[in-house]
Amino acid sequence: MLHIKCPHCGMRSQNEFSYGGDASVKRPELGKEISDEEWNNFVYNRKSLRGKHWELWQHLSGCRQWIKVERDTATHEIFKTLKANEEIS
Amino acid sequence: MPQSFRLENIGLINRNKKLSFKFNGKTYFGYEGDTLASALIANGVHLIGRSFKYHRPRGFFGAGVDEPYAIVQLYRNGETEPNIKATEQELFEGLEAKSVNCWPSVNFDVGAINNFLKIFLPAGFYYKTFMWPKSFWYKIYEPFIRKAAGLGVASIEHDKERYEHKYEYCDLLIAGSGPSGLASAYAAAKNGARVILAEDKSRFGGTLLTSEVNIGNKSGKEWADGIISELKEMPNVTVKNRSQVFGYYDHNMLVMSERISDHLPETKKFHPKQRLWYIRAKEVLISSGSIERPIVFGNNDTPGVMLSSAAKEYLKVYGVLVGKNPLIFTNNDSGYETAIEFKKNGIESVILDTRKNPQSEIVEEAKNLGIKIKFSYVVVAAQGYKKVKSADIAKISDDKEQLGVIENIKCDCICVSGFWTPTIHLASQSGNKTKFNEDIDAFVPGVSKQNEKTLGAANGVYTLDETLKSSLEIGHKLSKKITKSDNKISFPNVVEKKSTVHDKFWCVPLPKGKSYKRFLDFQNDVAVSDVEIALKEGYRSIEHVKRYTTLGMATDQGKTSNLNGLQLVSKIENKVVPNVGHTTFRPPYTPVSIGAIVGREVGKHSKPTRKSPMHLWHEKNNAIFVDAGVWLRPRYYKQGNENLFEASKREAKNVRTNVGVCDVTTLGKIDIKGPDAAELLNRVYTNAWLKLPVGKARYGVMLREDGIVMDDGTTTRISENHYHMTTTTAQAANVLSHLEYYLQLVWPELNVNVVSTTEQWAGAAIAGPKSRDLLQKLFPNNDVSKEGLPFMGFMEGDLFGVKARIFRISFSGELAYEVNVESDNGNFMWEKIMELGQEFKIQPYGTEALSTLRIEMGHVAGSELDGRTIPYDNSLEGLLSKKKDFIGKRSLTRAAFTAIDRQKVVGVVPLDKKTSIPEGSHLVKDSNAPLPNPKLGYISASCWSVEYDNPFSLAILKDGKNMIGEKLFVMSPLKNKVIPVEIVSSHYVDPKGERVRS
Ligand SMILES: [Zn+2]
Repeated sequence: MLHIKCPHCGMRSQNEFSYGGDASVKRPELGKEISDEEWNNFVYNRKSLRGKHWELWQHLSGCRQWIKVERDTATHEIFKTLKANEEIS
Repeated sequence: MPQSFRLENIGLINRNKKLSFKFNGKTYFGYEGDTLASALIANGVHLIGRSFKYHRPRGFFGAGVDEPYAIVQLYRNGETEPNIKATEQELFEGLEAKSVNCWPSVNFDVGAINNFLKIFLPAGFYYKTFMWPKSFWYKIYEPFIRKAAGLGVASIEHDKERYEHKYEYCDLLIAGSGPSGLASAYAAAKNGARVILAEDKSRFGGTLLTSEVNIGNKSGKEWADGIISELKEMPNVTVKNRSQVFGYYDHNMLVMSERISDHLPETKKFHPKQRLWYIRAKEVLISSGSIERPIVFGNNDTPGVMLSSAAKEYLKVYGVLVGKNPLIFTNNDSGYETAIEFKKNGIESVILDTRKNPQSEIVEEAKNLGIKIKFSYVVVAAQGYKKVKSADIAKISDDKEQLGVIENIKCDCICVSGFWTPTIHLASQSGNKTKFNEDIDAFVPGVSKQNEKTLGAANGVYTLDETLKSSLEIGHKLSKKITKSDNKISFPNVVEKKSTVHDKFWCVPLPKGKSYKRFLDFQNDVAVSDVEIALKEGYRSIEHVKRYTTLGMATDQGKTSNLNGLQLVSKIENKVVPNVGHTTFRPPYTPVSIGAIVGREVGKHSKPTRKSPMHLWHEKNNAIFVDAGVWLRPRYYKQGNENLFEASKREAKNVRTNVGVCDVTTLGKIDIKGPDAAELLNRVYTNAWLKLPVGKARYGVMLREDGIVMDDGTTTRISENHYHMTTTTAQAANVLSHLEYYLQLVWPELNVNVVSTTEQWAGAAIAGPKSRDLLQKLFPNNDVSKEGLPFMGFMEGDLFGVKARIFRISFSGELAYEVNVESDNGNFMWEKIMELGQEFKIQPYGTEALSTLRIEMGHVAGSELDGRTIPYDNSLEGLLSKKKDFIGKRSLTRAAFTAIDRQKVVGVVPLDKKTSIPEGSHLVKDSNAPLPNPKLGYISASCWSVEYDNPFSLAILKDGKNMIGEKLFVMSPLKNKVIPVEIVSSHYVDPKGERVRS
């Protein structure tokens, strides 16, 4: 079971969180003209990375904040966690 | 019956407490502190079971966790448990155990015929033989294998015992209380660290209990006892015996199973049977020791052949002799220690040492004691069927290839020592890539992967002095890092006898003309010849060899067989052992009972049960409940002998003619506040929200980004910046997370807060033509007239002093309202509704009537909004705003979603107006078309229309828009039904929606 450092609450067990996918995906602006390809990339296409990966988790059974977690998908090592409003560096 | 193999003056058992127990129906006696194994051996019982595949007789091989043979079925306090190791099961008064794998009895076993069959079940036998003919599998092969195989019988009764889970944090978790565990725990504890010390056995001390050493002026055991009692007194230390750390998971989380009551005749009141500990440790010290490995020779599975260390343990801990005429077969000094121990207790043994001329203090001592030693000698084969009677022995050449003349020597047990294998399971589970240590011919942990260190014998360190020194050092260093203290302790000098190197000899060659079975894996009956076959047939990877031969796949996970298996593969393949590599170690290290894994989450405790504030009223009024997510909801209220169908019809009919009331507390409710609340709704819902006036509700549909409908519900503007959103019962949690996602990550600029208020409000839906009359009675101070509270209106009301929210919304198609009060007032509201509703012939209705009402009105719900449909499919396309963008809108332009023959919701009526249509049935054009019959759609929901008194269903049908009036067939192969039907509008009742607006 992973041990995730919520930037708001501190170290918490994985079972308090839910996974939210790739954190680098940006939703296209509302009302903006956009090609099918761009839209499909946003909705469907994800990299299945082996290695370091920024991903979203929600601290569901805690502060309910969405956070960003940099995790190695192969070793589960967690390098860094950020608040929702902090940019991935 | 006398315990003829029990000695008087040795052992750690409590001779003042005699215990009686039964094995295979026969009564025996033992002492408190015995294991079932030690008590049986004390009574001269050596035949305990039959082997898995060949049903060969099985005795005892070890004295603890590594035991591959002595698996029994245990009976305790009216319950039974399979797969219990007799070497681990502590004796208690009244214990009952039986052999497994034998039928009809352990002494006469029909399956043993396998042993004499010519084919002799070689590797891959099951794969090769039971493959064809296919039809034989279920009828012949499987029942036969099931009867013949297995490690006991699982109970089919409900387990009455309680199992608990515990979550714990600590600075250092130390697995194993042998010398390295004690030294490191003591050093760390004295330095202020929070320590958990776990010992699998009931006694602490590990090898200190059996080895002839001194630490200062104390024996090893006295020293261990002293350390343990000091540790137990320290507030920063938790010391646990009977506790096996069996799994090392991510981020330094380990799981330990503690046997709290297994050693007692019954579980004490208020105690669990077992407890599972989830331990998050900053640092982990693995002090799991090592396990002696066997030397492979002919018939080495005969009862009476056992590990030399086990023989010593039975002697020193339990005062039990495994034999009175032992033969010791060793390639290292450990066998001598056992022989010396026998000698001290008046038993003469013979040592066969594979080495030519070893020189060490221990060998010297054995010689001085006059123990008979034969150097360069091996056991070729054990003789005897149910117990060792003698051994064929021979001199072996220096190159270990040639056997001399075979001699036969009488003996009643053969104690084998093939040197020591570090127990690296936990280190390997942590991700540590192990490395091969040539000196000890075994794998040891490599570079630490997580925060784990391996100490002592588990790390290949076999001298006590070095073990204590290095363990103390590490315990101190790691604790210092955490506590920042620097309180260093020291231990007195160690006195131990020096040993010399072992002989890298592991398998005795077969003598000419003999074909003895030489077993590698004792539990799964895998012999040298099986591995040879696997390699001949082309299996190369050790993982494949393992699966093909089942080597190391038994419940003992190959604790005694792994290395010899690797040696064999490396020899045949002409590779060095590290290049063969070992198979992956996976948790659990030892079998863990399912009960412990499940813990308290059984039956009703497996998920929370939510009840509405009106639940007791429903119970008192004969409600039959149904699970709706985590909620319990009344499905119908039974009157007399009614069944579900009759009751729900009555309830629905009453709504259509009079008035009904339904508990809708379970609906998800989200409170939305902030100046940008309307903007959020406008982006989340598909329709327009910016102009909704205060005091009005609106129906809305929300999509996922892929265009699929996510949820629907009404949202009401309570005041300028305050909205009350409702969701379906099932999607409540997901919708909240969805809103939080967009507010926190996508549109943080929106000034809005959302919070769940599902449990803060109790809700009642009042529906039917007389609902307004009832409402007026309930709220005499409010104007709820047609004009005062129009369709989709909202007002705050006064329910006889209780503040209420009144929404004029309808899910039934009738004139209807929903009244919400704070949860604590829910029951008051409900009783008031029932009381004042009497004159209007009110009846409560459950979810079944609720479904009927919504289906015949053509209202889509969960069965249509099933995560596969878009708004058009549900005839919700009228709610798609053309003027604004919203979540998921862009996806609706996908070609499949705009296809002209796109599926759409329709109504379905059987032509005979009688036959009920099963939900999930398929719609087809021609019921006689060849299979696979092209499927046009499926029935999503069915009811008995109370308006028309005939069956009615909703379906999602290809090109549904143009199918109204078509005649199709409903097919349900599951129910063996073919029903001719007509496709009609999904709005079966009141298609213009006049009633809700009345
Ligand atoms: Zn948090």
